[in-house]
Amino acid sequence: MSERLPILRIGDILLVSVQFDLEDQMVLNLQEDLANEIVAKSARGVVIDISALEIVDSFVGRMLATVAAISRVLDARTVVVGMRPAVAITLVELGLSLGGVSTALDLEKGLAKLRQPTSSALR
Amino acid sequence: MAKRDSAADLVGLLTIEGQDLAAAWVREVSGSLGGRVGTAELDRELRELYDALVDALRQGATDVHSEQMSEIRALLTELSRNRARQGFSPTETAISVFALKRVLEPVLQDGTADQIRAYLQFNGILDGLGLFAIETYTQTRDELIAAQAEQLLELSTPVVRLWDGVIAVPLVGTLDSARTQVVMEKLLQALVDTGSEQAIIDITGVPAVDTQVAQHLLKTIVAARLMGAECTVSGISPQIAQTIVALGIEFDDIVTKASLADALKLALRRSGVDLVAHEGAQR
Repeated sequence: MSERLPILRIGDILLVSVQFDLEDQMVLNLQEDLANEIVAKSARGVVIDISALEIVDSFVGRMLATVAAISRVLDARTVVVGMRPAVAITLVELGLSLGGVSTALDLEKGLAKLRQPTSSALR
Repeated sequence: MAKRDSAADLVGLLTIEGQDLAAAWVREVSGSLGGRVGTAELDRELRELYDALVDALRQGATDVHSEQMSEIRALLTELSRNRARQGFSPTETAISVFALKRVLEPVLQDGTADQIRAYLQFNGILDGLGLFAIETYTQTRDELIAAQAEQLLELSTPVVRLWDGVIAVPLVGTLDSARTQVVMEKLLQALVDTGSEQAIIDITGVPAVDTQVAQHLLKTIVAARLMGAECTVSGISPQIAQTIVALGIEFDDIVTKASLADALKLALRRSGVDLVAHEGAQR
């Protein structure tokens, strides 16, 4: 049985803080746990904090996109916060643009983003 | 002992008694350089070279890369480097060496067969020296260019803060992969450092946009988006707009504005700032 990441609840928002590099099994567990928690707590938003991650491989990148897709189906929005510049560059070079995932610079801005009513972006 | 003899012949060729060949050499070279190097300096340089050359030949040096020529190589390297830094052309650098041939030409008029053979052999050595000088010259030039390119890279990518939460990168000059990489890293780091959610990439100073440049821009914008910031591209001239459409580059859902002012207005609106003009305000 491998470790599981704790999922914290703030109001109707779920918070996952990734503090260390993830093994593949933990990534899969997280996906499963989040789906369960969203339903159990009828959450409206999910915030995934990856500010401590220095390396994000394509597997983790895909996980982020998958979690976003799952939560969208369950009527919750996902915001990935705190991505480092080096990580962003790596993901772009890998060709992963995480379409459909909202992002924010830090946790505070991420929570603010979830509180905003969904509106089409200004142009 | 044929080698010894030819060495003696070579030395003999360069040290005809009663004639200051070095002085003639200096005259020849200074004429071709048009007085851009001081006569005293030239005299010192060439005399050193001349003495070293005679020494090397006396020791039986036969070509540029032989061990006896190491001093000459050092002197020539210094000379070529100086010429390259002072902006002389390769021809003007090489002429310093080749002029010695012309100086020796009178010897051929009434020389013995041995002297002429020695002259031809010496010609070969001088050719080698000349090529060595040009090689060093080119090397120095390359180093200069590389150093300047690096300086340019550092100079031309400032990230400026326009407002709370709004930063801009004014790009000037041609974009290539190396520069874009630097711009990208600086911009993303600035986003983190200033906590800005709006970034403007201003390409007013970019003379041309091709598919590669567009590709680089897109990558930067996607990376910024991954971190949670919105990017706007501004400063697109009519010319560049036409090129972009002609090349079929798709900017998809990336906002582009004609001027930096428009981009700033949008960025402010997006970050919830309202700009109100007061009536009767002084302009």
